[in-house]
Amino acid sequence: MNGLHFRLAAAVLTMASLAAGAQEVPLDKWPTERAADLAALQSGARTFVNYCLNCHGANLMRWNRLRDIGLDERQIKADLIFGSQRVTDTMTVAMNPHDAKAWFGKTPPDLSVIVRARNTVEYAGTDYIYTLLRGFYRDQASLTGWNNVVYPNIAMPNIFWERLGPREATLTRSEVLDVPAAEGKSRQALVQTVSHFAADGSVSTERKELQQGEAKFEYRFKPADPKAAAAVDADVADLVAFLNWMSEPAAQDRRRIGVWAIGFLVMFIGVGRWLNAVYWRDVH
Amino acid sequence: MGLHATQYKGLLGWIDARMPSLMTAFRTHMSEYYAPKNFNVWYFFGSFALMVLVIQLVSGILLAMHYKPDSNMAFWSVEFIMREVSGGWFIRYMHSTGASFFFIVVYLHMFRGLLYGSYRKPRELVWIVGTLIFLALMAESFFGYLLPWGQMSFWGAQVIINLFDSIPLIGKDLSLWIRGDYVVGDATLNRFYSFHIVLVPLALIGLVVAHIFALHDVGSNNPDGVEIKDQLDARGRPLDGIPFHPYYTVHDLYGLGFFFLAYCAVLFFAPEMGGVFLEGNNFIPADAFQTPLHIAPLWYFTPYYSILRATTSDFMIWLAVGTACMGALIYLRLRGTRGRIGVALATFVLFVLLTVPQVRLDPKLWGVILMALSVTIFGALPWLDQSPVKSIRYRPGWHRVVIGVFVAAFAVLGYLGINPPTPGRTLVAQVCTACYFGFFFLMPWWSRMGTFKPVPSRVTFAAH
Repeated sequence: MNGLHFRLAAAVLTMASLAAGAQEVPLDKWPTERAADLAALQSGARTFVNYCLNCHGANLMRWNRLRDIGLDERQIKADLIFGSQRVTDTMTVAMNPHDAKAWFGKTPPDLSVIVRARNTVEYAGTDYIYTLLRGFYRDQASLTGWNNVVYPNIAMPNIFWERLGPREATLTRSEVLDVPAAEGKSRQALVQTVSHFAADGSVSTERKELQQGEAKFEYRFKPADPKAAAAVDADVADLVAFLNWMSEPAAQDRRRIGVWAIGFLVMFIGVGRWLNAVYWRDVH
Repeated sequence: MGLHATQYKGLLGWIDARMPSLMTAFRTHMSEYYAPKNFNVWYFFGSFALMVLVIQLVSGILLAMHYKPDSNMAFWSVEFIMREVSGGWFIRYMHSTGASFFFIVVYLHMFRGLLYGSYRKPRELVWIVGTLIFLALMAESFFGYLLPWGQMSFWGAQVIINLFDSIPLIGKDLSLWIRGDYVVGDATLNRFYSFHIVLVPLALIGLVVAHIFALHDVGSNNPDGVEIKDQLDARGRPLDGIPFHPYYTVHDLYGLGFFFLAYCAVLFFAPEMGGVFLEGNNFIPADAFQTPLHIAPLWYFTPYYSILRATTSDFMIWLAVGTACMGALIYLRLRGTRGRIGVALATFVLFVLLTVPQVRLDPKLWGVILMALSVTIFGALPWLDQSPVKSIRYRPGWHRVVIGVFVAAFAVLGYLGINPPTPGRTLVAQVCTACYFGFFFLMPWWSRMGTFKPVPSRVTFAAH
């Protein structure tokens, strides 16, 4: 009976797994060890203030909460706050939302909880943003002159372009398409499109039909200065660490208290077990 | 008037002399309520559910102190609670984790009823009230989910309220009336807040009291499905019963340790539960001009949502075939002429409404009907189950397989409902929908088939 039960369950599960599956942009893994690294968080805070806070706000983030990542009020005031804000204010942005909409076509979103907003069942928000911020390439066809491998036709330009220097990009997309066949009919075929974007954003495209393989998307960057690119990668990793911390500043406290809560409950269960045994001794 | 002659001393005696009903209630429901001594682990989930209700009420009261039911402020006030209110994150996660745990616990509690036939005579009313609690809980969760005013809150509510559109004649007006606006807006948020914190909790508490009263009148079932009241001692107490207090109070206290262990593990270490308990999209403020790519309700609604989505126009013919077969089965089972004519007529009308292009109802409406049926059909279990014994222990082994298939179909439907549909997935969902309803509709036949084992007169119990 159990064997039959198992086989039925297995059949249902196989059906479910067959039903799943779609092709996505491969995301790079954000180095998670930076999540609780104070140096990384502080460096991320600096990058955030210098690069992001001009257009994006963090309306839920109070400046003095940065004490949680090891900064004191004097440092916050001297090194991070540029305008006339107080340490008890939140990280608002000077740009008028209506202007922003006119300039970018969309008001840049508030970044307070952006990492959590990008979490899905399939991937982590940190990986998404880490890949997105490192996925810009020059594209003359787009409005800002920039495009992105994760978020095609993104309204945001590459904020790190000066430090990154020129960079070529090669995007390889293999997908099943309708191709013309004899007598005006069409048939389905796996077509590979390789788009090469030069450092100035001019594109050359090659297309060929693949006899075998699967639908997928890959990309590769070739920076003129690999050292500068590596430095920017490290800064972006720190920035994502900061964004991740800002999405839930209580996360560290939560885990710390959680250990005590679990410890207490294990003791509670021990006492409960003993009490239960004592009371139930006379039930036969 | 004199005072009631009391057996208690001190303050309790003073109170009992003036209000004897307090201790009478304690005796009726606790110290002199005899519960079967052979409860197993499945019997914890009732008291767990009561515990979650308390958690939700307490954390909800605290959240309401800082939450703003205003479409411009709601989203930010929730994040304000998470950041600026002392311990606010803890209160909020208590509530959000509690919501998911409520459904986990209630589903397991219902499954217990299915395993041991707890809904069978004389406990039909206990079960019906339980079904009403389940429906109230779903309403409570639906209303509450709008309150954080994120993208999923907004679009989830939009999708569910739009389902009412498909009701003929009154649908459009009805959904407008529910929403209070042409789109989900401030009016909707405020009324949902009112329902979530006043109306439905009141109904829930009342129903829970009725559930427990009804249970204590007929007495608890047990894993053997034996009526312990059939075997009494000289003083009229069940031989296999023990006083709920203190035996089951300490027993449940011990069990609650395990409940809180699981609950706290999620609350402190994975409150988002990988995007299933708290969805990423809901950390984006509601935006009426930006529809998310993929809208899904929370995990505990997804099995029914899958049934709704599985009801496509291709599925109509299968529904019609199913209805015809069901009608034939019932027709053959019935003896009276009037009953047979009624069944034949009803089957014919349903068949026409499913198939004839000129009069057939919209597949979307059938989806809504099936979804509504899928959550209410639990209430019919006392009459669908015709097994000569209550407990699965004494039923044919293959009945477990049938229940296993039902559970698997339910789980697969839930999984599919979280994910966007594809043609393959829709087909799987349709197969599982057929399994889901087949389980219930064919129960009057399959539940009495096979070789049943003899049921003992006393419960099986080994001392601890």
